[in-house]
Amino acid sequence: MKGIIHFVRGYGFSQGHEAGKYTFPFVLLLLAVSVFAAAANTFLPVDSALYVSTYTITLLGKYLCYAMLALAVDIIWGYCGILSLGHGAFFALGGYGMGMYLMRQIGDRGVYGHPVLPDFMVFLDWQTLPWFWQGMDHFGFAMLMALFVPGLLAFVFGWLAFRSRVTGVYLSIMTQALTYALLLSFFRNEMGFGGNNGLTDFKEILGFDLQADSTRVSLFLITALLLVVLLLVSQRILSSQFGKVIVAIRDAEPRARFLGYRTERYKVWLFVYSAVIAGIAGALYVPQVGIINPSEFSPINSIEIVIWVAVGGRGTLIGAILGALLVNYAKTRFTAILPDAWLFALGALFVLVTLYLPQGLIGLVSQIKHKWQQVRRKEVGA
Amino acid sequence: MKIKNLVSSIAFASALTSTMFIATPSIAADTIKVGVLHSLSGTMAISETTLKDTVLMMVAEQNKKGGLLGKELEAVVVDPASNWPLFAEKGRELLTKEKVDVIFGSWTSVSRKSVLPVLEELNGLMFYPVQYEGEESSKNVFYTGAAPNQQAIPAVDYLINELDVERFVLAGTDYVYPRTTNKILEAYLKAKGVASADIMINYTPFGHSDWQSIVADVKKFGSQGKKTAVVSTINGDANVPFYKELGNQGISAEDIPVVAFSVGEEELSGLDTSPLVGHLAAWNYFQSVETDENDAFIDTWHAYTKDSERVTNDPMEATYIGFNMWVNAVKKAGTTDVDAVEQAMIGQTTTNLTGGTAVMNKNHHLSKPVLIGEIQADGQFEIVWETEGVVAGDAWSDFLPGSKDLISDWTAPIKCGNYNTKTAKCSGQNY
Amino acid sequence: MKYLIVLCCFLHVFLQPAHAALEIESHREADLYTELAGAKLNKMIPILVELETLKGEQILPLFTLLMAGNLYYVKADKALVGKANEQGATSYKSVFTQEERPELGKKDVKKVRVNNKLRSHLRTAIARIQLTSTSPVVREKAVRTLLAKLDPKTIVLLADRYAIEPHREVKNAIKLALALYTATQTQQSISDRVMAIETLSTSLENQVRNTLVQLTQDTHQPIALAAQKSLTQIEQRAQRFALVDKLFFGLSLGSVLLLASIGLAITFGVMGVINMAHGEMIMLGAYTTYVVQLMMPNYIDYSLIVAIPAAFVVSGLMGILVERLVICRLHGRPLETLLATFGISLILQQLVRTVFSPLNRQVSTPSWMSGSWEINPVLSLTLNRLYILAFSLAIFFLLVMILKKTSLGLNVRAVAQNRAMAKVMGVKTHRVDALTFGLGSGIAGIAGVALSQLTNVGPNLGQAYIIDSFMVVVFGGVGNLLGTLVAAFSLGIGTKFLEPITGAVLASIIVLVFIILFIQKRPKGLFPQKGRAAE
Repeated sequence: MKGIIHFVRGYGFSQGHEAGKYTFPFVLLLLAVSVFAAAANTFLPVDSALYVSTYTITLLGKYLCYAMLALAVDIIWGYCGILSLGHGAFFALGGYGMGMYLMRQIGDRGVYGHPVLPDFMVFLDWQTLPWFWQGMDHFGFAMLMALFVPGLLAFVFGWLAFRSRVTGVYLSIMTQALTYALLLSFFRNEMGFGGNNGLTDFKEILGFDLQADSTRVSLFLITALLLVVLLLVSQRILSSQFGKVIVAIRDAEPRARFLGYRTERYKVWLFVYSAVIAGIAGALYVPQVGIINPSEFSPINSIEIVIWVAVGGRGTLIGAILGALLVNYAKTRFTAILPDAWLFALGALFVLVTLYLPQGLIGLVSQIKHKWQQVRRKEVGA
Repeated sequence: MKIKNLVSSIAFASALTSTMFIATPSIAADTIKVGVLHSLSGTMAISETTLKDTVLMMVAEQNKKGGLLGKELEAVVVDPASNWPLFAEKGRELLTKEKVDVIFGSWTSVSRKSVLPVLEELNGLMFYPVQYEGEESSKNVFYTGAAPNQQAIPAVDYLINELDVERFVLAGTDYVYPRTTNKILEAYLKAKGVASADIMINYTPFGHSDWQSIVADVKKFGSQGKKTAVVSTINGDANVPFYKELGNQGISAEDIPVVAFSVGEEELSGLDTSPLVGHLAAWNYFQSVETDENDAFIDTWHAYTKDSERVTNDPMEATYIGFNMWVNAVKKAGTTDVDAVEQAMIGQTTTNLTGGTAVMNKNHHLSKPVLIGEIQADGQFEIVWETEGVVAGDAWSDFLPGSKDLISDWTAPIKCGNYNTKTAKCSGQNY
Repeated sequence: MKYLIVLCCFLHVFLQPAHAALEIESHREADLYTELAGAKLNKMIPILVELETLKGEQILPLFTLLMAGNLYYVKADKALVGKANEQGATSYKSVFTQEERPELGKKDVKKVRVNNKLRSHLRTAIARIQLTSTSPVVREKAVRTLLAKLDPKTIVLLADRYAIEPHREVKNAIKLALALYTATQTQQSISDRVMAIETLSTSLENQVRNTLVQLTQDTHQPIALAAQKSLTQIEQRAQRFALVDKLFFGLSLGSVLLLASIGLAITFGVMGVINMAHGEMIMLGAYTTYVVQLMMPNYIDYSLIVAIPAAFVVSGLMGILVERLVICRLHGRPLETLLATFGISLILQQLVRTVFSPLNRQVSTPSWMSGSWEINPVLSLTLNRLYILAFSLAIFFLLVMILKKTSLGLNVRAVAQNRAMAKVMGVKTHRVDALTFGLGSGIAGIAGVALSQLTNVGPNLGQAYIIDSFMVVVFGGVGNLLGTLVAAFSLGIGTKFLEPITGAVLASIIVLVFIILFIQKRPKGLFPQKGRAAE
């Protein structure tokens, strides 16, 4: 136990960031909440005051997927200064990978009862399964694809962009163009991904009924666990030699280049890593939400991810996670309480956070702490 | 220190979960809850806000009449924000958290498809009030909008028989409703002896705003001697620039009439209709219908919205019919229990606004009359044709190879949404 | 010419209109009017035909009213009246005497119904009557309308007119109509028909082309050959015009892109603010147009002239407000302006939804912008797009002038190039920032006025253009107005030339991929900034 704690804490401090030392309590809190919620849902009676409904579990599961996505964006934006306005694309691609697997699991239980083809293909009069659907009925292969395809896209895009030194806003707008192009492509019915309706009406995953509470709780717990693992791994990567170079690139890329670092290689690999995390998030998101469709590619979605990170505090991995959880929770509450005016509240939140909390909520904590220390110092001095 | 950390974490965790997520609002037992699942923001807010208002108006009217089963009706409005996965989430929220007895909601097919698994899992009840592509019949959904055979096919019949049209442009937005409708129409037209060369099919993305080339193509296609018409399944926002381009390129309704399935009074209220006079739309209802029921409905609507210019449209009538049928079915069943209401709904009749009677069929679709109207300069429709009687909504099209053997029948002994008459089997799911 | 004379004689013998037999029965006429008032749609054509025979040219006012959907009848006595709309006031006048009937209100009258079939019948009927109009323009238009329905009766009218027609253009049009008729008549001699077909080769009318296509299948070899020859000539000409047409489509799309992005070229390109609320500034301009039209419902034709400065002021002030309240506090943090302005865009959208309802608003097109400039039957340029093209260029040059020739422009460029140095030199950078952002937003507002003429005026208007505008600015090169111009037009033309081959969706995807690849090749866009300002 002590060893693990030490292991975990090690990451926090070596980062050199103020927020790093919160990693341990945060991970603990996150796991505790998740386990508590899962247990409350499974073991407590429905009328108990502490019962957590399945609705809440799915909601939390969704938030955690978003948190993972925010983590992915923070890794490249917060640590390397690459503002991606297209990370939703990697998320959606991962989601489509999982969606295709789930679709194939329906088998002959579709509305038209076709043994192989998903409903939308029967309906479009397709006779055979397109090549890119082959093998997607194997869970392992499908998951590999859910990680490989976003990773490959990130590699190709990053390799092209970073090598020719596309930076700053140009890069941001290009990532936006990328996700927009994918949005339009996936809308096309000819693409073979179900067009605007996307993939939905899933039945089961690995033989477990997706509508069963136990499956939902398990998916939720897996998401929480993976989020923690990815957080720790990312923390480790960013505090390694590699991570130091990354931060150097963020702060002064030409200088890092002149020192002899092949900065574009560092950036490409970090970008690929980030895209794969986004893909994992997407793959976990789909079975919990029950649908994947092209609107996930929409540029507005990708901008929102960036906003979660900013609200939480960029450059601190925990901040990104917190931001995603909080903004989405606020969204859920606002849309229910103020259905006609929640956009005012959300819009105002973004403006106020940018103006008054440039370091995000995490920054607020250290600001307060800083003030507190000042006050204490004064008291001591007096 | 570490133990303290751990303990405080767990304590905080339980506090957090209980305050944030368990706080279920106390439910007053003496109301019947009506959930409203229409987008109030985002791209679909344009169309769906009206339906939210319609449901709220119907609820208020019903409460004036003394509520239902001696209880007040209470509307619960949420905003799924034109975000499709959010429809599933909000649907779940309505059913598990708010415990609503019925939901009125959805507009786009994808939003319905998104919320459908949730409805089936939690055994909810939803009324879907928009014309759609068919190919679906769920135990938990009642479809009060038109199926393709209640809109598209009569419209094409009208073009062929009354306007002597020989060439067809099937133009639509690239999503499932236009795709299905055009597939059905293509099969239907070919069965009627129209050659492939006389059918032009064109798809555009959502919100397409630059129609110059497509309208020019249509013009060219229509200038080759045979009378040509456009059958438009162009959705929502793309219509205004489309019609503006038609008007400006000088295509009048006498030359190439456009018959639309997604353009109603509300869409027209957003544009200057004078260049569009004579273009057609096929619906089950127009505001210009002259019946006492319709006049009363329009008056109530104007009084409710405090806006005497606010128009009514077909999905509003579908909501009206659905709501009234649900009220009657609840009265008949004596409970709001979904299974009881679902069975009580079948065979339910209510007066529609066009002077006839709407009947809920065994396949959860309505029998309704089909009307064809020409756009007038004041943004209303002049009804130029209507079916003799009512047309029964067909869940599974007879013109699609995959679904021609399927029927839907929710009464015993079949009790299934996709019963294959050839194999005498239901595919392994609820609908 | 010979075949024309033969044709006339031939027709006159067989189809002599029974002028002598006509005796106007006023009873019958009155009956017909009453019948018309309550008639079912499918019973109306015989009534109209009889009326035309009875009254001849005098029936024109009634037909015109019915065609326009302005023919009403008084519920009490079924008398027909015409609805007139002058300066926003509706009045009813009796059809033939133009006598005002002030006692009639909206409730006393009912519309005489009309549908496409009737309108199409009326159009030819009106054209027949208008053959004798005093205006040659009207006469020529009438002849062209009649091309679609050349029956023997019409040919007689045309042939009669041909003999006395003084105007050359109209005469040519009639000659074309007669040739078109002759070409299809099998009882005419083959040489006459070939001659007629040769006459047709100069025309681009659709009917001519369709007839020729049919004639290429004619059993008589010479006729088929002649038809083929004429057709080839026509097709060649038509193809050239089609190219011009496509180019115009591209330019028009380019002008829309230019309008949408030019304000952003200032706020984003010059100031470096990633202004996600740019689309909403356009939207505010469009809504300003709507409000202006609401305030002057009787002067729609002038509304845009009022709306342009109004939109500039509204959006510009909103821009200055946003700059003063939010953006000025974010200097040196360009990426964070994205978040703040995104929040602002959400607020503005919801504001519009709350104030104006989420529904689209109706913005009317002034009459001088409606319709198209018909150069010939295959090439017509829509007026609204033509004006918008000119307008976008005017705005562009105005903006270039402001930046190049005014002291504000000098200050803007100075601050953009080196803020610290500009400040040292005494430039009030805060003021310049606010004014620059106001200028960019104001221009976006003006763009909104123009876009309100093409597309929906609704809360989502801005969203539809924001991505495109960023693409254009980045493709052209941030900070370079000329780049924005070139980028907008090349993307517009590119898209329009791709569209017929690939379809609209694929065309936009290809263009996006092209931009992505292009930026890899030239990371700073078409016209990169040079020197110190670049970093």
